[in-house]
This record gives sequence, C-alpha cells and structure tokens, in this order.
Amino acid sequence: MIRNHFRILVVNLSSGKGQIVQLDGRNSEAGGSGLAALLFNKYGLPEHPWNDTRQPIIFAIGPLTGYFPLMSKTVCSFKSPYHDQYTESHAGGRSALSLFFANLDALVITGKAKQLCYVSVSSRSLDIKNVSFMKGMTVDESGKILRNISKGSGHRTTLRIGPAGENGSAMANINVDTYRHFGRLGGGAVLGVKNCKAILIHGDAIFPGIENKEYNKLFEKVYQQVTATDMMKKYHNLGTPANLQGLNDIKSLPWRNLQATSDPAIGAINGERFAKDNLLRNSACSGCPVGCIHVGYVREMFDANHRYIFKQVSYDYEMIFSLGTMLGVTETHAVLSILDLMEKTGLDAMSGGVALAWATEATEKGLISEQESKVKLSFGDSEAYQLATKMLGNGANDFYRLLGQGTLRAAAEYGGIDFACVLGQEMAGYATGEVFFAAQSLGFRHSHLDTGAYTYDQKHSDQDIEGAVDFLISDEAGRAVMTSMVSCLFARGVYKEELLADCLHSIGYPELAAGLDPLGKHIQKLRWQTRIATGFTPEGTTIPKRFFKVKTWKGAIDSEYLNS
Amino acid sequence: MKKLIAPRIDRCIGCHSCSLTCARLVHKQISWDTAGIRIKSSGGLTTGFQANYCLACDPAPCAAACPTGAFSQRKGGGVIVKKKLCIHCGDCVTACPIDAVFQDHYGPVYVCIHCGRCVDFCPHDCLEMEEVKIPATTEEIS
Repeated sequence: MIRNHFRILVVNLSSGKGQIVQLDGRNSEAGGSGLAALLFNKYGLPEHPWNDTRQPIIFAIGPLTGYFPLMSKTVCSFKSPYHDQYTESHAGGRSALSLFFANLDALVITGKAKQLCYVSVSSRSLDIKNVSFMKGMTVDESGKILRNISKGSGHRTTLRIGPAGENGSAMANINVDTYRHFGRLGGGAVLGVKNCKAILIHGDAIFPGIENKEYNKLFEKVYQQVTATDMMKKYHNLGTPANLQGLNDIKSLPWRNLQATSDPAIGAINGERFAKDNLLRNSACSGCPVGCIHVGYVREMFDANHRYIFKQVSYDYEMIFSLGTMLGVTETHAVLSILDLMEKTGLDAMSGGVALAWATEATEKGLISEQESKVKLSFGDSEAYQLATKMLGNGANDFYRLLGQGTLRAAAEYGGIDFACVLGQEMAGYATGEVFFAAQSLGFRHSHLDTGAYTYDQKHSDQDIEGAVDFLISDEAGRAVMTSMVSCLFARGVYKEELLADCLHSIGYPELAAGLDPLGKHIQKLRWQTRIATGFTPEGTTIPKRFFKVKTWKGAIDSEYLNS
Repeated sequence: MKKLIAPRIDRCIGCHSCSLTCARLVHKQISWDTAGIRIKSSGGLTTGFQANYCLACDPAPCAAACPTGAFSQRKGGGVIVKKKLCIHCGDCVTACPIDAVFQDHYGPVYVCIHCGRCVDFCPHDCLEMEEVKIPATTEEIS
C-alpha cells in the first residue's frame, strides 16, 4: 500500500492485545532494515537482555514490496541470543507479500504468552490461539497441523519454530513456509521465550492499482530482465551450489573444519552432482519469477522389504558447505539427510554444521569424548552427524546445550578456541581471504551477504587496506538500500540505483527516489548505532588462529594484512 | 475464440506472477485475490501447486445462476462479464463447482475472462491460450 507513513501492528502476547500504530519516517527510514531499526529504537530495551520478554521481535517490509519482481524479502530484527546485541535476519517465501497484503509495513511481537500459542494475522483479524499440544513438535509436524487449522491457502505465510527455538538455542531459526528461513543468530529462540510457536499471516487485502502508465512499462522491463536475460541464470540453473566447484578450484572452499580449502572429492557433491542426482524441482518466493529454491529429495529404505520414506529438502551452497565439505560428508543423499534433521529441529544449518565440525576436530584432539557427544563424531560419518543434529536441536545434554549457544562458548569450556571457525558467528563457506574474514567478523549481520567481500577477495590479489575498507563501507550502504526496499540481494545486479529510483518514482515515492545515496548512508549509520547501543564493540572482535593458517589461491593468509 | 488453459501447471513454482499480473493489468488492482487465476499449494508446499481459474464451462453454471445478466454465456465457454450489472449477490460464486469466482470483502466478483494477459508472465510456460472450436449454428449451416 502506498502511504507516506508506516502502518504497524504491535502485538503484546502478555496482554493478548494488539495495537495499530502509525509512524512517520517513510522518507528517512524507507522500510525493511531502516524501519526495523526505527522500531527497535522505539520498542527495544537496549540495556536489557535478549530474553527479557518485553523485547520486540520485528518483521518489516519495504516501499517496493508487492509492486516489483524480487521485492520478496522480509527483514526480521531482534536482540540476538547469540551475542545479546541487535541484529537482523532476512527471509523470503510468502512472508513479504503476506505482510504486504495484510496491509502492514511491519509486525512487532512483544511480551510472553501464558501458554504456547500461535499468532494469526490478516488485514481484518488478529487472533492469539493456544497450541500447548505443539510443545516440542518438529517444524514439519507443526506445519502440517497449522495448515489444516488456518485459512488462506496459497496466500499466507507460516513462520514457525522447532524444538531448538523452544529450548533457547542461539542457533535456532524461524522456518518460513517450509523451504526458507530467518536462519541466523537465533531468532527462533526469541519467539521461544515468548511462548510463540508460530505466526500465520494471511494476505487478504486488495489495493488500488497504480494509475501512472510508466509503472506497468517499468514492471515489464524489470520482469524481462530477470526472466528473459542471463542476469539471473546462475540462480535458477544449478543455483548457488554452482559455486562449490569454482571455490574448490581456487582453494577457497572450507573442508573438514577448515583444515583444507580444496579436495578432489568435490565432484561427488558439487552443484552438477546435486542437480543430476537429487534435484526434484524448483520453487519460488511469492512475487519472484526466478524460482531459485532448489528442492532435493532423499529416499530412505526403512524396512528391508523395500519400504521407503521420501523427504524433500531445499538445498543451497551454504548447506552443502556446512553439512558436506565442512563435515567431510561427500555423498549428496547423506548431506540432505543431515539437512532434513536440521530443518525438523529448527536449527540454522550453517551454524549447526560448523559447530559439529568443531566438535569433530575437538574429538580427534581428545578435548571431548563420547561422554559429551554421546556418539563418536568423525569426519565423513553422516550417520553420527544425524544423531548429533537431533541432540544439538533438542539440547540433549549440557554439552549440546552449550554448543547450541555458539561454538566459542563450547570451546571456552572444553578447549579448542584456536580451531573454532567463528567469524562473529559460525563462518559462511568462503575461505577466500583476508578481506572476507575481516568483513564477516565485523559485519552487521556477520553474514556473507553484508558486503561483497568474498567477491573482492577473488578479484584482488593486492593488499590495499584503504581500498578494501572503502569498498566495504560503500558496498554495505548500497546493500542497506536494497534491504530497505526490501529486495532479494540476488537481484543486486538488476536493481542498480537508477532503476530503484525509477521504480520508487513510478509508484509515488519521489522523495525516496531522489535521495537513495544519503538514504543508504543514514540507514547504515542507524543500524550500527542501534547495534552499538546494545553492546557491540569492534575491539571485542577476535579471529581464531585457524583462519591465519588458511591457504587460498593467493597463497598463505597474511596475518599482518588480516589484522590491519 | 480462445480460452486459457494450464497444460503444464506441474511446472509451476508458486511465484504468483500470473495472479498479480491479472489483478494489475486486467482489474487495475494490486492483489493476490482479485484475479481470474489464483495459485495455491496442492496440500502443502511439498506437493506442488494448483491453479484456480475458469475452465470455460459451456453452459456455464455461474451464468445460469446470475440473476441480473452480469454474467452471460460466452461462445466457446466461460462468461462475458458486465460489471455494471452486478449486484454483488455472490450467486455465481456458489454456483461455480471449482471455486473459480472470487468475491472480495466489499462485494465485487472476479473471474477469468480468457484474455490471456497472464500467459506471458509465467516464467515456466505453464499457461497458454487454446483455440476453441465453436460448433456452427443451424442458421450458419443453412
């Protein structure tokens, strides 16, 4: 809905009531990342811990959501259980269009329900319903029930948590419509402490069309660019797993807890292999014709008389890295089987895989034993990793509960900090070099998508500290604009600043269109100010020794360059 | 005379581009619902998608049920819609056996008019316009 203010629904689970709030700030904070920071400053308690039930969890969309292709993401912000600081996590699925058609720019959840509940929202309704019977339910079980007891099939989003979120794991995700996630930094635990198992948003509003004739022409132009040209081909062909072979070839793919950056076994789990052996079909986020979601299948014989179960799991580069190469698992079906359990327990698969990789090396070095892990962990043993995943998600004992708070927490207790692959949080799958290691460590979300640092590493063999820093700062501001619209970052090659301005102008946001550069810088600053107010200090960032021993295509990591 | 068909709907990825296009270009609205074609999962996202759209019945039960002539029979199947004649009674919605007519909160109804605007916006070529053979009438034969 085009409007020069924000329309927010604030739901207080303690009182069981909601309130529609109108806020100014469309031309200064835009939406998405900017709006989320604005709302945290209004409703958040920076000096109180993440699990103070008064803390908000925020879901925000932007001014272009619903009006242009690939404007299909939602920004979720909260105080993270991982580092007790402000953060964001992003997801697509149907979440963005559901919020849009629920006639909301953002949904804010505060308080704590007396019993496990789900929140149901549409443009004309708000219900909070008791689902105590869902306690401990896996993500797939709760999803099936929620689908049956709610309305709006096809035009709703189902956000839900698994046992990991209920247990307070700092690696707990929020599942979005089965195949997408607010994955990192523990958003699932924030819903868990609120006794909120799920949020259903039914998009049932109808908005007037755009009378400006330029709008339809521009829509068609963007649609053509994303479907009829090669600009987005890499995302819908093999998808992000195409990068596995390339990064392995340039010695930048982490293997076995980053003890190596390349391995000839890549041929068994690269993008081509997954596409050939396991790709079942593609799927899309609502409003995105690219269809980058790759759904793989696993068939498991559970009875010798040829009785099978069949699982569908969406895979991406990052999960094949974290549950494949990082764990030394080199069979596609084995990677998907571990991933399936990460999904069911509601764990972030990237964090979970990297944590188990550390636990495996800690086992090899005798720092932990089966007394802690309950199963012997060794690189390549997918059966053991499936058991360990269940225990990590369910918080089966003190060891797994501690590991679920972050690899460094467990390493502080058991030893092995030197080989904990943590860059602010468990690393993303890019051992590309010094700039990426520094950028993920210091990045706002500790995400590989905060900046294009891993691409910078691959294009620059020189050591230009000032140039690298300038690139990171400028690139982050540009991405802050994208995540305030809210665009999928896969479309960053399409939505250049000029096109974004044209899009905003065509639907009636001329002031936003005229000031995208200062807007990005303002939101970048606002986000960091918000995070700093919750305790972030760059001086507190350390990079474990393992990263200084990495060898990439450029040779050994230069510790002086990395430290500077 | 042509009609919309979805012969390759098993390729659907659930992007909703067809619905959004129909609402935007045909009905001049921004909506998931006010469209002649609407996509939903067929029992959850793991089982793929199905399209709800007019199958071009001839005779069309919705046209027969309409008390004011807002829906009338279209040659080759489906209906011709005259919005000005509609009194928002919803009888067409009830009459349609496959839930292809949508009625919004305020009363207006929306159904596929077989214009084909959605076809070019399907990235997986699920949709197409098919020529309908209309039997010659007695008068035309004579």
